[in-house]
Formats: sequence, structure tokens, C-alpha cells
Amino acid sequence: NRKPTFSRGLSDKVRKSKAAPEIQKNPFEVKINRKKFDVLGRKSKHDVGLPGVSRSRAIQKRKDTLLKEFRLKDKNNTFIDRRFGEYDSKLTPEEKILQRFTLERQRTQDRKDMYNLNEEEELTHYGQSLAEMEKMTDVIDSDSDSEEKGLLSAELTATHFGGGGGLLRKKSAGDEEEEHKPRSRQELIEELIFKSKQEKRERQTQKEEAQELTEKLDQEWKSIQNLLAHKTPKAERTDETDKPKLDQYDMMVRELGFEMKAQPSEKLKSAEELAREERQRLQTLEADRLKRMMGDAEEDAVQTNTHVSADDMNDGFILDGDDRKTLAYKDGKWNIEGEEEEKEDEDGDEEGGEEEDEDDEDDAEGEDDEEEEGEDDEEDDADEDHCDLQSDEGSEDEDGQGAEEEQLCAEEPPAVSEEQKKAAQEAARAELPYTFPAPESYSDLKQLLQGHGSEQQRLILDRTLKCNHPSLSAGNKAKLQKLFGFLLEYVGDLATQNPPDLRTVSALIPQICGLCQMFPEAACKAVQTLLSDSGHSMEETLEVKGRAPMPDLDMLVLLKITALLFPSSDFRHPVTTPAFLFLSQALTRCAVVSLEDVCKGLVLCCLALEYVSLSQRIFPELLNFLLGLLHLTVSDKHNMGTAVCVCVCDLHREILDAIPEKPSQHAPLVFKKKKPIPLKLFTPKIVQILDYGKKRGNTKEEKERERLKHKYKREFKGALREIRKDTRFLAREKLSDVMSRDAERKRKVKELYGSLATQEGEWKALKRKNRK
Amino acid sequence: MAPSTDSNVKDENSQVSYKKDINTKTGRILQNKKHSNDIFDVIEYLQSEKDKEIIFATNACKRVFCQLFYRGDLYVGDLPQEEELMSGDRSAEEKYRIFMRHRYNNCVELLLENMGHEAFQVKEASLCALMKFVEAEGKHPLQNLDLIEHYIFPRELLRTLVEHLLSTEEDMSLLISRFQEFLEMDDVRYYVMSSVRDNIYRVMGRNKKAVIPVYQNNVYTLLSNINVPSQGSKMKHFLVKQAYRPEEWKAGKLKEHKRAFEQMWLLFLKFKLPSSMYKKILVILHESIMPQMSDPTLLIDFLSAAYDIGGAISLLALNGLFILIHKHNLDYPDFYKKLYSLLDPSIFHVKYRARFFHLVNIFLSSTHLPAYLVAAFVKRFARLSLTAPPTALLILLPFICNLIRRHPSCRVLIHRPSAAEEPCDDPYVIEEEDPAQCHALESSLWEIKTLQKHYHPDVAKAAMKINEPLTEQEEEISEVLELSTFELMERDLKAERKTIPLEFDTATELLKSPREVLGVHFSLE
Repeated sequence: NRKPTFSRGLSDKVRKSKAAPEIQKNPFEVKINRKKFDVLGRKSKHDVGLPGVSRSRAIQKRKDTLLKEFRLKDKNNTFIDRRFGEYDSKLTPEEKILQRFTLERQRTQDRKDMYNLNEEEELTHYGQSLAEMEKMTDVIDSDSDSEEKGLLSAELTATHFGGGGGLLRKKSAGDEEEEHKPRSRQELIEELIFKSKQEKRERQTQKEEAQELTEKLDQEWKSIQNLLAHKTPKAERTDETDKPKLDQYDMMVRELGFEMKAQPSEKLKSAEELAREERQRLQTLEADRLKRMMGDAEEDAVQTNTHVSADDMNDGFILDGDDRKTLAYKDGKWNIEGEEEEKEDEDGDEEGGEEEDEDDEDDAEGEDDEEEEGEDDEEDDADEDHCDLQSDEGSEDEDGQGAEEEQLCAEEPPAVSEEQKKAAQEAARAELPYTFPAPESYSDLKQLLQGHGSEQQRLILDRTLKCNHPSLSAGNKAKLQKLFGFLLEYVGDLATQNPPDLRTVSALIPQICGLCQMFPEAACKAVQTLLSDSGHSMEETLEVKGRAPMPDLDMLVLLKITALLFPSSDFRHPVTTPAFLFLSQALTRCAVVSLEDVCKGLVLCCLALEYVSLSQRIFPELLNFLLGLLHLTVSDKHNMGTAVCVCVCDLHREILDAIPEKPSQHAPLVFKKKKPIPLKLFTPKIVQILDYGKKRGNTKEEKERERLKHKYKREFKGALREIRKDTRFLAREKLSDVMSRDAERKRKVKELYGSLATQEGEWKALKRKNRK
Repeated sequence: MAPSTDSNVKDENSQVSYKKDINTKTGRILQNKKHSNDIFDVIEYLQSEKDKEIIFATNACKRVFCQLFYRGDLYVGDLPQEEELMSGDRSAEEKYRIFMRHRYNNCVELLLENMGHEAFQVKEASLCALMKFVEAEGKHPLQNLDLIEHYIFPRELLRTLVEHLLSTEEDMSLLISRFQEFLEMDDVRYYVMSSVRDNIYRVMGRNKKAVIPVYQNNVYTLLSNINVPSQGSKMKHFLVKQAYRPEEWKAGKLKEHKRAFEQMWLLFLKFKLPSSMYKKILVILHESIMPQMSDPTLLIDFLSAAYDIGGAISLLALNGLFILIHKHNLDYPDFYKKLYSLLDPSIFHVKYRARFFHLVNIFLSSTHLPAYLVAAFVKRFARLSLTAPPTALLILLPFICNLIRRHPSCRVLIHRPSAAEEPCDDPYVIEEEDPAQCHALESSLWEIKTLQKHYHPDVAKAAMKINEPLTEQEEEISEVLELSTFELMERDLKAERKTIPLEFDTATELLKSPREVLGVHFSLE
């Protein structure tokens, strides 16, 4: 029903169309491909072939597609029949003719109207009247346009233009037919004209109305615009002044509307809650520490940073140890009043409280110690050790007895001392300026701090830290990071002074701690460099001389500070692990030649003990060193007096008491219970079957790549083959064309010759006749 | 002729004057026999107070006498006494030669004395001059010798030289190292070796085999500088060329050299040595002495003596013993027992720790050792590990694991599933010297279990390995053998860490922390 239009996609259409009818299974057509082996589970598509059939099918297909395209090559023009209802199978030929006729008549009618000047005939372009278009302003936009288009397309186009879409035409025509069949054609036409005029009028009024409305809307919009937009165009500012009252109110309303709603603030926490939070925080930290101690969470990213940020990072306020202590103290008291005292942090806090109380005592003891040392100086080293031990034990005993009393009177003394402190600080504050620049070099720091008392130095540092808090300026962070290194150096200097100024060192500890909390990385780096430097120098002296001196006091102080800053209980820690090794090196390789060395060694032992006190680890060098010291004393015993001997004997007895009677027993070792390894099962190996032969590549991407490559190759080959076949087919066709043309020509020539011959014969016969 | 007066008078001019003086005099001596008495003056300079004068005079003497040697102006043969010089009826020429020969002898004596001078330059110059004389004497022998029987070499002069070199009072190590260059010459080396041997024999015999540290140190320095070439074909470097049948000359044969070398060392080692000397010798023994000896097994006496001394010396003797056992098929009774008794805490602190562990590893690498023996070693090492520093522990723990891997029958030490769970006393007896009697196989390695709580993470991890069945693959210990504490420290210092945990209990004072120990025992100031 439709003339085939040859386009580019023609061959595709043919290919898609249903294949030729079922091939009859002619046994002479069938070719069977012999198989060499039978492989189980393999399905081959090509065991039976129909070469003749497939060839003929291919040729047929080419004839349908390629040949047609070839014939139409270089022929661009096609003939399309556009007559009304030409391809419509539903119309009967009679109806078709009738319709064509009416259309024809209408067209002639129109032509007649052209010369009728009374009636306006609208000229249109794309279904819009040209007059309208000329009048049109921007105000009327696409909305109304489309509306009109709809009107036009329905009836007008059908009436004005005979052409148009067949279906639409058909529908409208059908309708009209039903209604107006009885009326005459004249009437019909008149009606049509009337209708169209009415419509036109209506449209015009509509349009006017719309225009009016939009103008009105514009004006109204201008009045509102000021309210909506913050910035009013300059031109309209004048309008603003006209009606200020309304605007003000409106603005007010809007402002209130847009204003941020007040958020419900967090409830002010009571002391209790604060204490509980604090405790929880400490508990989590403690848990973290224990985890690290076990070495499981070595790489765990959850860090103590959180607690730093919780405290101070933002407001530039460094939490002082003191007020926290009071807080914790309350906490402790509260809990005593309650029922449970279980957690370690509380214990710690209580201890802290006690320690504060003990401070005075400690001092007293310290003095005693000094005196004793003075006496002991010429005495034996072990004696001193022993005395220390004794005094310690004594103090510990006291602690045990007087713990309760101390707790009772614990409330007042700290307060008093704090007041005193405050007074002192007040006095100091009066003298010191309030801001300090961050020192740029070590000498700057030294200048800043030298000549002040220890309490003042602490104040200076405190203020320096606050003035240069990283939140105040960008460069402050680097400055403070450097300051930490300088402080350590300064502390080292204080310790190596003669006499060492350890009180100041002690006073500076909170600042050092604060800095460390602010910049853990920088602090870690600084301590690491100090440790590695002194470790390296010790190693060198050991190599050169074979023995090294005991580390100096600054190193001891540094080790102590390390223990304060970093958790020594960690399984592995970038600072404390090297510190451990340094201690070990010092205890094993350093020569003990004087009483001073013994003292240093004992300090190192204490430090080592402190390092492992929480994690409960073994420190063999510590035992070795103490044993060595004991050996030293024993060899000296014969030279010394009996007093020393008695002391040693006492010590010996005490140690023996401390060691349990029975030698420790050990259970035989057994490996950890392990889950038994399951037997190997012979499950079939499942291999993905790919659409090409060999399995290549391991990863998914590689396999996919291989598959695509293979597919491409095959497609390429197939395409090549097809192209070759096409050219062969075409060549054959061309040849047959030439042959047929030649045959035709020959035939025609023969025909001509024949006719000529007969003509000639006739003519000759006539001549002969005439002659006769 | 007043030789030294002017030099004594003018100090500032002395430098120029003594040079001029000596130069003119040597010139005259060599020019004319008339002036031969000037040689007295030149020789006298050798006893001068000033080092420079001595050196200059030494060089002058060297020049003069070498020239005389060349001219044949020194008397050859048995030298008559100087007093008899006039009495006998000799020609003037002969008298001159005898005279000069006497001066030569004087000069040599003085030079030998100068080798004990305090200034090194003097010593060096004297040594060089003497070696020059040795060379000259070798070319122009002073004795009438039967060429067929004896090869020409001034043995006597070299012997006295060596005698002075190996002083019993003074450390001559610097001079000996200077002397080393002459030891490159094969004939010198050969004769030095034989004269050293004589010298040791005489000196030590005279001292009734007591220890003479200075002398022995000198001998050691000289001996350790002697290197026999590895191939006989390299022996072509001689101070004195032999005209007659050089191929049969002993100094040109490698075998003779080796024999001399061996005899020399054996004689030296036969006598009692100071302990530091033992260490020195044992350190170089396996590398530079044993390969150069013709029969190293002769060292067994020395090595077993050293092995019995104990301590570091025993450890060092192990190396030599190992070579003897390994390469020379030596049978050493109770070797393992002795090795066992060597193990004490000091092995972790000696300088030769790496070498010792390397050797012990080799000794215990055999899988044919009885289980009780290996168990005893393992147990002993484990016990010692309780006192070891971390660097030693990092060697020791993998080593123990390797031993258990090699000897699966020792696995009961770390895995005894049959035994009841209740704890019992350790049956191992540490005091027992005999590995067979120490009940090691009945014990367990609780020491390693203890070390799982060691403060150093690497050690703790290494100790953790005994909790599970050991892997088949042995761990390589060679790379940790030389590990020093500082290197171990650097591992942690250089490791990149993302976050640094901090102590959350902020401290307020130096001696105030939750777990204060230092503050309990000490106070500030």
C-alpha cells in the first residue's frame, strides 16, 4: 500500500524481516560435519549444515538489499504520490473521488474570495495570521500562541488548506459528513465563514483582555517587588518613600519571619553531671590506654585528641591541672557518700589529693634525706639505698595509718594554700606585663625567663601561651611548636646548672604538658631528637672507649618528663619505646665508678619501675643492675665498718622477707587451643564458560578485555567476508547486465538487418517485376 | 781535628754547621784514604744529643759504608783484633780495610743502639740504614763462604736487628709497622722468621717462661705483620739476588716459608701469654694465621688451652676449634659439654657476641645431636635470656625457636599436652655442668613465657611465637646479629606514626604522677 522508499536503512529492514519459509529438509541439501571426538557436555551448533539453502538465501537477501541499492545508486529523485487518500486503504474509491472533488471546489472558492474586498481574508504564516504577527508585542508570549495554534489546526487549516495530514483530515471530514449531509453546499460554506469570523472576534477580545490583565499584574508586582527583593532598583526607591509605613511594618514582619529561630540550648549541667561526664571520659581514655598496652589497637586511629578538643582548643583556655583536681576531688567525695568506689580514675584522684596533703611531709622528708645524704656521703652506696628504702616504707606506713585523718582534714588545707598561692600570684602579676611575644630562638626564651622566680617563670610562660594561642593567629602554631623544643632545652639547662634548679623545672611542667597536649607531633619529634642524640652519643663513646659515663641529670629529667607526657604503658610508642631502650642501655653499659653514678643508677631504676608500673612488664636490666650493685657492696663490706654490714644484713633480711618462701612454680607450656583445620573437600571446580576458546587473564577487567578483543576479531573477519561476497555478487550482477545489454543489442541489430534484408528483397523483387 | 766543638759552641749556626761538617767529612773519606780518620767524627755524631744530627749522620754513614761496600774497601773474612792490627805484617791496603771494617762494626752497633732511641725519626733512620747494610752485605758478603753449601745472606746482622726490634722494655709497634715494608721481600721475611724463632726461644728461656707483656706485644706485632704469599710463584721479590742455583734456595720456597711461619707461631704460642694477648691472637687466628700454616692441627694445644681459660677467650677459641673440627677432621672430646659450660650471662655483653652466636648456631645446626643436649642448650639459653638486653634477646629468641624447629623432639619444652595442668617446680638444674644430667627435657620454657611481658614490643612479639605451633621455615638470625641498641632505637624513632598517644593525666609537677616511683624515693634539690 505504500511505495517502498529506499533509504539508507533499507538493507537493515530486509535483514530484520522474517526469514524465508522453513527450509524443506531435503536430504540432498543436508551436509553433515563429521566430528572427530565426542566431548561430553559440548553442544555444537554446526554439526548439520544446509549449504545450498543458505547460499541461495544469501543471494536472495543481496538481491533484496544490495542489488536494489546498487540500482538506485546516483539516482536521488523519487516520485511520491501526494494525492488525497492515495495510500488510505479504508476509503473506497468512490469516497476518495468525492473528497477530492470537494477539495477541488473549495480551492476554487477560495480563489474567488481573493478578489472580494469586503471580506477580510487573513494571510497566515505557519497557521498564524500575519496581521496578528505584525501587531504582536512581547507581552503576548508563547502561551497564547500555542492556544491559537490549537484552534487553527483543528478546523481552519482543514478548511483553508486542502493538503495537511491525511488522518486529521479524514476525521474532520467524516464528522462534517455526518452532520451536514442534508444541507446544501452553499449553506455549508456560509456557515463555515460565519464561524470563522466569530472565532476571530472572540480571539481578539480575549487577547485584549489578557493584555489588560498583564498590565495590571505588572503594576501590582512592582508594589510587591520591594518587599521580596532586598535590593530595590534605584528607580523604585522613590516609590518606597511614598508608602514608608507599610514597608516598615512589612519589613518587620518579614525580618521576624526570616530570623533564625532560637535553638533550645543545652541544659546547664550540674556539678554531678559534669563529674559523671568527666569520669566517663577518663574511663574511655583508660580503656584506650589498656588497649594500646595490649598492643592490639596499635594502629587504632581513635585517639586522645578528642579530649584535647573537648577541653581547650577553641577558647584559648588551657585547662589548669588545679581546678580539674578540685573537680575530681568533689567527684571522689560524692562517690564516697554514695556507695561505690571502683574506678581507677577516682583512686588516682584520691591519691592526687593525698599527695597534695603529703607535700609538706614530702618536703620534710626531702630535708631529712638531704641530711642523711650529707652524712652518708662517705658511707657506702647501698647504705644510702637502704636508708631511702626505709624512709619510704616509713612514709608509706604513715600513709596507711593516717589516710583517714588526712581525708578528714583534706578540705581546708588545700583551700588555704590556694589562697596563699593566689596572693602570691597577685603580687607577681603586679610586676609582670600581660603580653609576651613568642620567643623565636632559645636565647630569646632564656632572656625571657632568666632572673625570675620559678612561680613567675610559670606565669610568664602561661601568658606567652595565651597571647600566642594558635586560634589567634596563623603563625602562632609554628611558634608554639618551636617553643616546646626550646622549653625542653631550657629544662635541660636548668638541670645541668650547678646547683640544678629542679624546682623551676617542676614549676614549668604544667606548661610543658599543655604544649604537648596542643601539639603532640611536635612534642614527639622534640623528645625523639633529644633521645636519639644522647643515645647516639652514648653509643659512640661506648664504641670508642668501651665504657660510657652515666647519663647526666638533664637526661634523667627528660626521661621523667617523657613519662609524664607520654603513656609508658603502650605496647609500642614512638617516644617511650626508645626511652625504654635508652634506660636499658644506660643500666647495662654505663660504668658505675662513683657514688654519684650509683645514685643516678638508682634514679634510672626508679624511672624504669615507674615506666612499667602500670603495664606490669619485665625489665631484666633493672634486676641486673641492682644485683650488680649488691655485688659491689659485698666486695666492699670487708673494708667497711660493721655498721654498714648491719645495714646490709637488714636489707638482706627485708628482701628475703619480700620474696615468697616457695620458689615459683610453673605449669608446663601448652600451645594455644586452635580451631582444627577442616579437611580438604573435593568440591568440583566451577569454571566460567566464556564465549571464546581459551581462558586468558586473571582479573575481571582483563577477561572482559580479552573477550571483547576476541569478539572484535571475529566480527571483523565476518564483515570482511561479507564485503568480499558483496563485491563478488555485484560483479556478477554487473556482468550479467552487460551480457543482457549486449544480447539485446545483438537481437535488435539482427532484427534491423532482417527488416532491411526483407525491405531490400522486396525492393529488388519490385524492381525485377518492374523490369519485366 | 776537633769534631764537635764548633757545633757545641754556636747553637744557632749548628744546623748549618753540622750538615756542612758531615758533608765535607764524608766527601773527604770517600775521596782519599788519607782522611779516613774522619769517620770517627761522623760516627761520633751518631751519639749526639740532637735528633737531627743523628739522622743526618745516620744517612751519611749509610752513604759512606755503602760506597765502601761497593768499592770492596771492607775487610772480608774473620776480622783480626784491632790491637793486633799493627803487629801483623799486612799491607797498608789491608790495614785500611781492617780499620774500616772495625768502623763499620762500630757504626752498626751504634745504629742498633739508636733503634732504642726515644725519637721515632731516629729509630726509623737507623732501621733504614741497617736494612741498607743488610742489602749491601748480601751483595758483597763479608765472610768467605763456600758458595755451594751456603746461600749468601747476612743472617747475623738481621738476627741482631730483630733482637733489637723485639725489645723487652719498649713498645716498638710503630717501628715494626715501618719494618713491614721490608717484610714484603721474601728472603728478608724468611730469615726474619727464623731469627724471630731463635729470639723467642732465647728470650723466653731466659725469663723462665714468665709473662713479658711488652716483649710479647712486640713479637705479636711483628708476627701479625708477616704474611706468607698464597702462591709459590709469587715469590720473586728478593732483597739479595742469588747467583747460584736460586731455585734451591730455601727462602724462595713456599713450603719452607710455611714451615718457618708455623714454627715461629707455635713457639710463640707455646709460652704463657697475657690474657689480652690471647684475645688479640684469637681474633686474627682463623683469618690470618691458620690458612698460612702447613699443618694447622698443631694449634690444637694452644686452642684447647685457650678454650679452657673461660670467658671471652673461650668464646674466641671456638672459632679456631671450629675450623679444626670442620676442615681438619679433628676430634674434640666433650666439645658440647664445654660449650654448654661456656654459656653464662656475660656472653650477652662481650664484644664478640655476634661471632659467638654465629658459631653456636653452626655448632647446633646438626640435626644429629641428641635431643637432651639440644634441650639443655635451649633451656640454658632461655634461662640466660632473663638477664639479657633487648638486642641480645632479639637474637636469642629466634635462635631458640630455630633449635626447636630443627629438633622436633624438643617441642615438649613448649608444648606438653599430656602433662597435668598443675604447676610444679622447674626440674631443670642450672648449676649442673653436664647437659645430660640437667633434666632439661623435663622442663618447660617458662622463661620465654615471662619474656612475653618484656617491655620492648619486638622482644615480646618474638616471645609470643611459642604460643602457637612454630612454622616450618627457620628464622634468619644473621641480620640481627650485629644489631646495636641505638639501631633498635632508631627503628622506633624513624617509624612513621599517624597519631601519637599522649598521657591524659596532665601532670602538675615533676615528681607527681599517678604512678610515682621516683618521687617516693627521691625529692627535688
